[in-house]
Amino acid sequence: MAATLPPSPPLLTLRRAAKSFGGVRALRGVDFELQAGEVHALLGENGAGKSTLIKLITGAHRPDAGEITVANRTLTGLTPALAQQLGIACIYQQPALFPDLTVEENIGLRLESSSPWQRIDWRARRARATELLRRVGAAIAPDTEVRTLSMPEQQLVEITCAVGAGARVVVMDEPTASLTHLEQQQLFAVVRELRTGGVGVIYISHRLEEIFALADRVTVLRDGASVGTHAVGDMTETTLIKLMVGREVAQLYPPSECAAGEIVLRVHNVGCAASGVRGVSFEVRAGEIFGLAGLVGAGRTELARILFGQTPADTGQIQLNGKSIAVRSPGEAIALGLAYVPEDRRRHGVILEMPIEENMTMAIHARIFPAAWLRFGRERRLALDFIRDLAVKCAGPNAPGGSLSGGNQQKVSLARWLATKPKLLILDEPTQGVDVGAKSEIHKIIRGLAQEGLAVIMISSDLPEILGMSDRIGVMRSGTLTTVLPGGSDASVVMAAALGQPQ
Amino acid sequence: MAALGIVLLGLAIFAPAFFQPQPLLSLVTREAPTLIVACGMALVIITRQIDISVGSQFSVCSVCAGLLAARGWPLALVLPVSVTAGALLGALNGVLVAGLRLPSIVVTLATMVTLRQGLNLVRQGEFVNLPDNFQWFGLSQSAGQWTLVLTALLFLAGLGLALRHLAAGRWVYAVGTDAEAARLAGLRPQLITFAVFVFLGALTGLAAIMNLVQSPQVQPMVGAGLELKVIAAVVVGGVAISGGRGNLWGGFAGLLLLTCVSPALTHLHIEAYWEKAIQGAIILLAVVADGLRQKRLNR
Repeated sequence: MAATLPPSPPLLTLRRAAKSFGGVRALRGVDFELQAGEVHALLGENGAGKSTLIKLITGAHRPDAGEITVANRTLTGLTPALAQQLGIACIYQQPALFPDLTVEENIGLRLESSSPWQRIDWRARRARATELLRRVGAAIAPDTEVRTLSMPEQQLVEITCAVGAGARVVVMDEPTASLTHLEQQQLFAVVRELRTGGVGVIYISHRLEEIFALADRVTVLRDGASVGTHAVGDMTETTLIKLMVGREVAQLYPPSECAAGEIVLRVHNVGCAASGVRGVSFEVRAGEIFGLAGLVGAGRTELARILFGQTPADTGQIQLNGKSIAVRSPGEAIALGLAYVPEDRRRHGVILEMPIEENMTMAIHARIFPAAWLRFGRERRLALDFIRDLAVKCAGPNAPGGSLSGGNQQKVSLARWLATKPKLLILDEPTQGVDVGAKSEIHKIIRGLAQEGLAVIMISSDLPEILGMSDRIGVMRSGTLTTVLPGGSDASVVMAAALGQPQ
Repeated sequence: MAALGIVLLGLAIFAPAFFQPQPLLSLVTREAPTLIVACGMALVIITRQIDISVGSQFSVCSVCAGLLAARGWPLALVLPVSVTAGALLGALNGVLVAGLRLPSIVVTLATMVTLRQGLNLVRQGEFVNLPDNFQWFGLSQSAGQWTLVLTALLFLAGLGLALRHLAAGRWVYAVGTDAEAARLAGLRPQLITFAVFVFLGALTGLAAIMNLVQSPQVQPMVGAGLELKVIAAVVVGGVAISGGRGNLWGGFAGLLLLTCVSPALTHLHIEAYWEKAIQGAIILLAVVADGLRQKRLNR
């Protein structure tokens, strides 16, 4: 807390801001303060509450409790329109511009207030766009169509809009995620320019080196609470990582007991240009849970989609039980004995309109209905078995999938894939949005499956879950598997690997 | 279903003449081909697609079959040709929709107009006269009528059961509800979509023959407006236009309801101009009712 800054009133202050979604507490009383002329970094694991905090600041969400002070006005919540009026602008990773309109048209749309029948003053619009672009140092002709611009140029246009709107607070959410090194440097120059002009910049990034290069102060969020604001100069990478993960891994996880068996899956140098995954090599043994850690966007789901044939690999080899396989579609993957419980269970895991029993047998029609004639009795028995084994809480096997809670939907999704009697089970965020009780039930089920000899790959952004469940931990970063760590590794080691920091 | 009951009851009370067997059989016979096409359309709509080119397909099949029949081909040959022609036209739609992933409404709008105008160009509006032995399959009128009605009902029953009891039937629902989920479960949504279009085409080919045997000649516009009637029947019957929901029995009831409108008007001495307006109102009512139901479910 040693940050010393000139005692001018802060541009923006949040006091004990809290926000819950359903039963999940995304923010539990966060204090945050932004000074004029500073770059303030916001740091935290996936799900630590960064995006929620940003959404409170931009007015996308209202806080459940706490207050926001902007420009000496204390409010209980913002609306997007009010936030804009108060000079708050947000630049997202994916610029929200109209690709088929020109730069000046995009700028005009943001900045000009006009009635529907007002004549557009094209000359004034051009002049203003040119002037603003010059001010942020962007070498872009105002009559270029936005779709022809590169990603950083589009971000520059966003920044131009923010400057033109007289923004005092600029939020940048992982602006460099898709930029090359040189483009990054250009962007940094613009950010420094803004700072000099007295603008407060909230800068979100997973890349620690950027934070050290650019930010004046850093606030670390963990589990929806602020764990402190520090001057960047007082911090090292190690202390920052400690702050991000610094918690005990609760002893909630079922222990791993049996030794891993034969190698079930061997992946060698696998990549897919379309999904940005390259050079991934690892193996998974029977009876083992192989955790896949990494930041959002590191390529974990993309890797799973490759293994399951949704976006087939275009380089490398995959071996299943010692035999080389080529998986070109999910259908082939299922036939080979692979199963994939997808991330977005409400979209792809469970068909909400369909009864539980039909959901459970979706992937095994060919096996349980050999004559293509549905046998409802057989389906019902199978469903009842799974409902009992996985302790699915439901009104009955013919209740629609949509009537279940998140955790029980996940169990139905799991049952569908267990019904295929797979050799390898890939779980993508198996407990995302699931309440605590169901979460530990699902953990027990997963451990039990591994003990029965199934090879399990578990993707999770929940670091304690990865640490608690995995026998080995593969860490992905920028589309490739960079490190394989033993189970029970220290959280900061995994986080450092995910961030790409040597430890 | 309830609406159908009310209309039938109302007719029974106010216009008992409606239920005289012979006119009723004629009425039902005329609609037998429509029912066949409606079955196929229900499948297409359940997969969250639509085919508005069925009318044109129907015309093409009818004219082809009529020309062959006029040259003396026996029914046993004309029937498979017509079914195949329909299946090929369906396959064309299927390739464009499932293969190239184009929106079905645009694809089938294009094929509808292309087929219709192409046929007009070739035939110049000329009628095809059919040989006498084609009438009612060469049977007596009432035997022929019964054959058609029973064929249609058998088809309806068979397909309805298949949709419920065959794995393929469930695939149709799965694809219509969530194609991506279906794909993840190892199904092949594009193939299934293609198949339902081909199936609808084949049924349209069959329906064309069932219509052909009812009249002494074919005119090239014979299928015009069929798509409207068929889609309306399916939608009125409770098949959700957003896919994944509904069944053939509903489609059947919907068709009966729409069919009853015209004779009901006659019997109730209301001007025939009202027919289309009332049919339209029924469709609107059905869609609104479904919309309200959905809204309640989502709440």
